[in-house]
Amino acid sequence: MTARVVLSATEIVAGYEPDLPILNGAGFVLREREIVTLLGPNGAGKSTLIKAVAGLVPVTSGTVRLGDQEITRLPAHTLIRRGLGFVPQTENVFAAMSVEDNLLLAAAILPRDRRAARVAAMYAMFPDLAAKKSLAAGRLSGGQRQMLAVARALLVEPKVLMLDEPSAGLSPKIVGAVFETLQQVRASGVAIVLVEQSVRAALAIADRAYVLAEGRNRHEGPAPLLRDDPIIAHLYFGGDPVAAP
Amino acid sequence: MLDTVGYLAFFLTTALSYGLMCLGLNLQWGQTGLFNVGVAGFAAIGAYASAMLTTPAGNHWGGYGLPIFVGWIGAMLASGAAAAVIGAITLRLRADYLAITTFGVAIVIQLFALNAQSVTGGAFGIGFIPRPFVSLAEHALAFNLANLALVAAVTLIVFLALERLVRSPWGRVLRAIREDETAARSLGKNSNSFRLQAFVLGSAVIGLAGAVQGHFIGFIAPENYLSAITFQVWAMLIIGGSGNNKGALLGAILVWALWSATGAAMTAIFPPEQQARAAALQIVAIGVLMAAILLLRPRGILGEQVTVSRHVDAEG
Amino acid sequence: MSLQFLADGLLMGAMIGLGAIGVTLTYSILGFANFVHGEFVAWGAYACLVIAGLIGLGLGIQAEPLGPFSIGWVVLLAGAAAMVFTGGLALALDWLLFRRLRRHGNAIVMVMASFGASMALRSLLEFLFSSAPAYFSQEIQIAVPLGLGVRVTPDQMLMLGLTAVLVVAMHLLITRTTIGRSMRAVAENPHLAAVAGIDVTSVIRKTWLIGGALACAAGVVSGITVQIRPFMGFDLLLPMFAAAILGGIGSVPGAVVGGLIVGLAESMAVQFVGAEYRAAIAFLLLIAVLLVRPAGLFGRAEA
Repeated sequence: MTARVVLSATEIVAGYEPDLPILNGAGFVLREREIVTLLGPNGAGKSTLIKAVAGLVPVTSGTVRLGDQEITRLPAHTLIRRGLGFVPQTENVFAAMSVEDNLLLAAAILPRDRRAARVAAMYAMFPDLAAKKSLAAGRLSGGQRQMLAVARALLVEPKVLMLDEPSAGLSPKIVGAVFETLQQVRASGVAIVLVEQSVRAALAIADRAYVLAEGRNRHEGPAPLLRDDPIIAHLYFGGDPVAAP
Repeated sequence: MLDTVGYLAFFLTTALSYGLMCLGLNLQWGQTGLFNVGVAGFAAIGAYASAMLTTPAGNHWGGYGLPIFVGWIGAMLASGAAAAVIGAITLRLRADYLAITTFGVAIVIQLFALNAQSVTGGAFGIGFIPRPFVSLAEHALAFNLANLALVAAVTLIVFLALERLVRSPWGRVLRAIREDETAARSLGKNSNSFRLQAFVLGSAVIGLAGAVQGHFIGFIAPENYLSAITFQVWAMLIIGGSGNNKGALLGAILVWALWSATGAAMTAIFPPEQQARAAALQIVAIGVLMAAILLLRPRGILGEQVTVSRHVDAEG
Repeated sequence: MSLQFLADGLLMGAMIGLGAIGVTLTYSILGFANFVHGEFVAWGAYACLVIAGLIGLGLGIQAEPLGPFSIGWVVLLAGAAAMVFTGGLALALDWLLFRRLRRHGNAIVMVMASFGASMALRSLLEFLFSSAPAYFSQEIQIAVPLGLGVRVTPDQMLMLGLTAVLVVAMHLLITRTTIGRSMRAVAENPHLAAVAGIDVTSVIRKTWLIGGALACAAGVVSGITVQIRPFMGFDLLLPMFAAAILGGIGSVPGAVVGGLIVGLAESMAVQFVGAEYRAAIAFLLLIAVLLVRPAGLFGRAEA
């Protein structure tokens, strides 16, 4: 377990308004070729944590490091160039633009001579999208949209991919396909941070998990162990004493 | 000395008539967040409506020779009705469509006033509008003071009525709508209806102000209702403090003082043939001041009043 | 009956459409109705006039008209320079005013600031150049009969051609290039655009630059075919807004089609109602589209 750390967030305090932090010192560590999942009840701050890492929520204090570089508070648009990809939960494709334009847009940060090859690589990876190149992304099915969102982020060959509830709103069968894709992605050498509501599915593919509550880390451990952990069971299946007044 | 008092009365009367417009605009913008770029148009509707009701028969519509206060009520009704139509079409759409349509309303009304000669008297406008206290006209000081008292009284009544409204549950709903679009949307159709009420009421006050001005001066013409008026009234509200009725009045007096002073300076500095051109500089100055206030002190000089509704007042 | 009014409407509409492209782009990408756009039109026309004068003065030449046209290459060159100047003016205004207001995130305050800035800029123009009209050339143009009673001056044909070239170029820019895709992306979802690696600030700057330059082009076309006045932009503002909303905010072809519709409707009104109510036509079209189809002809239903 001494694989290199590719992404770490330490003691993050963040929120949309400075006086009302949603996160109060949460964090995680992601190692090479790992899938780490962030779990927790609604409002625990797990989505906010990866948005803060992605530069979309102002960080008051704490440190984010990508590889050996500090990236805390860097503008969101510079992170993908450094190898940190992010797939938001909703509105994660440009609905009015064609599938092809969505991909070409993402390819714009690559050198000119590599763009076409990378777009072609994504079509090879997601044949469904290849068949719908000129369709407006807003007219794709839910699963295809999620694939396009993932493809958009993978196109530029990031070192780390963060996904915010990729299973939200999808049928169990499609969720299975999405998670299978994520395992392929990991196999290709990309480390993944996964925020999920569907705990069982997430723990099934994750190596490790962090449990957040009230903007702080509550618990962490290897995914196989957490599957049977009483705290998880308590948080998810037996009500949440923390949230009660 | 008497001259100075007379001028001061004249100055304040004009300033307060603008202040009245600011109060109407403040209900729309300061309380409800509606951006009305058609102030000149709604003032024109009020002024023409009142003129048509109160003047003796002439070469325009109306000429019923009714008492002035009837004209003023007519002015409020006419401006309010116009606002109801415009508001019903645009308030359900995105916020800046109201700005664009009211901008268009002002242009079309000015165009109509200028060209529909048989209705509005055309480019020459309407004259012989009865002036309050005309029997005192021989005695300039008394006349100016009496008019100041009247305009001040109207302004005070509108001010108190608006203050009461702002503190009522109705005013609280308006602010909630302004502050929180989500809350506004959860009110759904209701939120549009509240905004429409504020828009109509504010426009009625602006129409009244237009009528008051028309009667004070004694004649109106289309060129009085160009977009520069809208701009001045906006500058007054922003500088004085939007969301604050006292700020609206303070802004009106300050900006009108600035306007009069720079006007006098232009007259002194520039030769007569250059004065129309120099007057443009006044607008530039006010525009820069308005932008500076927006950037540096977005709530204006007085800032927004902390309004506690009477309900809560009574409890605490 | 002469079909002249159709030709006039087409010319007027092309000009409105050219200006409306800038309106629709700034509206969709910056998220507010920019009242300064009319002033960019007027400032662009005056900038072209001044630059042409300076070139003439600097080279000590009388600008010879080109072929059948009233203007020479000096004006065309000055027009290109004026487009750069007006784009720079738009950027400067953004830097001074809108950039700071954007941080507060209230679009309607930006509309208000743009309204104030437009009054100030227009009045400054009036002070600098007086309200008397100015012309690019004293040449008298002879209208060429095109048949069916339609007569068009060579200048008008040249301007129509230039407008068409600009419109096609803009359409290709928006649909086929990286900057065009980035602009559409920022218009639809600035947060996602940033996540995808787009520098939103830089896209906003480019939008001002392009919008200002196109407004200037509309001003120069209007100046050559009609005249140059401080109020020329103010008078075009409502037609441009109407065209942009009619075509659907964010749609370049929509803005052009909207412009042509407004222009044709205006010239029909002049033909059948009388010239004095011309300015009301844009307003009536605007109200009609807001009543019937607020998203515009080419727009997505969202508003």
